Amino acid sequence: MELSLTSEQVALKDSVRRLCERDYGFEHRRGLLRSAEGFSRDLWSTFAELGWTGAGLSEADYGYGGGPVEMAIVQEEMGRALVVEPYLSCVVVAATAIAALGDADQRERMLSGIVGGETLVALAHNEVAMRGDDAEVATTAAQGPDGWHLNGRKGFVLGGPTADILLVSARTPGGISLFEVPAKAAGLGLTAYHAVDGRRVADIALADVQLGPEALIGPEGGALTAIEKAVDFGVIGLMAECVGAMDAALWLTRDYLKTRKQFGTTLNSFQALQHRMADMLVETELARSMLMAGVAALSHPDPAARRAGVSAAKVQISEAAIKVTAEAIQLHGGIGVTEEYVVGHFYKRAVLARGLFGGIDRHLQRFAAQALKEVA
Amino acid sequence: MNFTLDPEDAAFQAEMRTLIRDLLPEGIARRGRRGFHATHDDIRDWMRILNARGLAATHWPVEHGGTDWSPLRKHLFQVELRAAGAPVPDQAALELVGPVIYTFGDAGQKARYLPEILNGDTFWCQGFSEPNAGSDLASLKTSAVRDGDHYVVNGQKTWTSEAHKADMMFALVRTDADARPQAGISFLLIDMKSPGVSVRPIYTINEGLSVNEVFFDNVRVPVENLVGEENRGWGYAKFLLTNERTMSAETPHTAFDLAMVKDIARRELRDGRPLIEDPLFAARLARFEIELMALQAAVYRVLHMAEDDPALNATASVLKLRGSELRQRIADLAVEALGDHGLAVFPDVEGQDNMDVLAPVPPAPDHAAGWLSRAMFRRATTIYGGANEIQRTIVAKSVLGL
Repeated sequence: MELSLTSEQVALKDSVRRLCERDYGFEHRRGLLRSAEGFSRDLWSTFAELGWTGAGLSEADYGYGGGPVEMAIVQEEMGRALVVEPYLSCVVVAATAIAALGDADQRERMLSGIVGGETLVALAHNEVAMRGDDAEVATTAAQGPDGWHLNGRKGFVLGGPTADILLVSARTPGGISLFEVPAKAAGLGLTAYHAVDGRRVADIALADVQLGPEALIGPEGGALTAIEKAVDFGVIGLMAECVGAMDAALWLTRDYLKTRKQFGTTLNSFQALQHRMADMLVETELARSMLMAGVAALSHPDPAARRAGVSAAKVQISEAAIKVTAEAIQLHGGIGVTEEYVVGHFYKRAVLARGLFGGIDRHLQRFAAQALKEVA
Repeated sequence: MNFTLDPEDAAFQAEMRTLIRDLLPEGIARRGRRGFHATHDDIRDWMRILNARGLAATHWPVEHGGTDWSPLRKHLFQVELRAAGAPVPDQAALELVGPVIYTFGDAGQKARYLPEILNGDTFWCQGFSEPNAGSDLASLKTSAVRDGDHYVVNGQKTWTSEAHKADMMFALVRTDADARPQAGISFLLIDMKSPGVSVRPIYTINEGLSVNEVFFDNVRVPVENLVGEENRGWGYAKFLLTNERTMSAETPHTAFDLAMVKDIARRELRDGRPLIEDPLFAARLARFEIELMALQAAVYRVLHMAEDDPALNATASVLKLRGSELRQRIADLAVEALGDHGLAVFPDVEGQDNMDVLAPVPPAPDHAAGWLSRAMFRRATTIYGGANEIQRTIVAKSVLGL
């Protein structure tokens, strides 16, 4: 077992943290949230120049030879700064789906586009009725003489509003298939709105969207395993964001207690509050440890074991993130529940993390099913 | 001991249920079922409807326009108001300043303000908190200096609910800087349209506007707007805060929210069947039902306690602690029950008090709107009205003798 980071990984972590501290202040972020696209294209180009858009991808996938560890490093630092650029949706989720399923041409075109920062891709797999059950795809794709016809509705597609390419899952005669759909395809209607943490999401209506045969990614009917893997990478990326957000909220609150005066003394002198902060630290440390287990699970050769490990991380870390960030608000008092102060936004990210890609109950159920199987 | 309602009280409750549903306009009820703050117009219209029936302030003494109902019946009336989705009225006026005026005010103040409050004509805000006087109110600094027949007020209040819509503020101001902290404070009624009053909105975590900062720059307030005696304001404020008592449990609100969560869980599906039938979710719902039952039983106990029971104030702290936490957690459960719709930001298109009125409205069924906003705003329930940390200290000191 080797639990320390390599020097390259430490350098990556430092690079993301430095840029976020220098160029991603809270006021800057507030401005981005009010802009038309909800993030900065200039910063996205910088992310690509610094190699972050390829940090978690192998060289065969046009990346820089990294994997889940590098992905989690970048995401944790981005969670600390509450980055709103579509890293999770594009670089983590969509790229993983393409790498797992695409043919040589699709991989070269889309993955090098993502790594180069020129192409934004989003996985349009989720449907509102799905609630974390990735097999519950109701969107259909029928095969005609000239290609495919897609019909259905996708909901809460992270990164959907600004994607150039949507990877749309649909039910076909053989099972679940994945299609490369240009965002501007005829028949595709997109409604953009705001997720709880300010990031942009979209509902996508597909009304007889016509695609050529080359739009199919991977074998017909054989996409579910790859989609599940991509979503699992998304869950762990999101949990890494949570660990960053929790850690930032913890130390911010510590500093606040040392300066805020009530009843003639600074708040940090009250033992009751010291104990609350100690509990927050305990939760954060356990979440950080669980994140390592979750990252390790992503490389597990057995998909069922991988899913169970990811679900365990989701439950432990997202619930801890809710607890810690809610406590951070509470210990700040009134200022904590304002929109113009950062601490509430850590909580918002935790709320998103708890609900996205299936809620707590779904993941408990999934983990329990696997754990019981191992007992039997 | 009999823990069920007497037949007369049960009949009263049924009668009030019917009456309220007959009186409450459908448009107002529909907006009340969403998670956003009620609009100013809805509150005023509803107050006028209630006032025409003599029901605007049922908890006030009869001679000031209230009723002679028992504490239990007053509580049951609140339960039915919330269950019908009625807008929460101007609580600063009805629960806080109104009782202070009819208890400590002079004849002129009673004649002028009480009828306006009952009819929803005058909206009030509470000017207690300051940037460095949150839970520690005794350290407030806003000053009022006597100048002829006026006080000249200077300073700043914060977390002032509804100041952007209020006509009047009841404020704690320092009239004697040399006295010990609690002894130099007075209770002053300030017209929000006075020259020198300015209001700056504070957008809260739900992207909504309900609290503000209020600045006073040489604001002249007539001396007749002083309630009671100069420098005795601390006592009036304490009277007003203990007046909250069972209100701080907020069980009528929480019961309403829980009923709405059940409604959501009947409509939302998981694995193709209603969420309410999902064993994991059903178990969580059941836990909340049980916790709410315990809290409601505690409220009934307090309602049956004698006014001079020494345990009363400590029990009020218990109600505030649990009531605020439960409200928070049930709104949170609604967000989880809504799945993806719980993660989307819905602007309050009718209230117009949201930060970004141009924010897009996510495609979703009616029952989804407002719950994320409600859950976010609920983070404040454990902070306002005396933060829960303060309540725990009260319990530790006054009950446990620590």
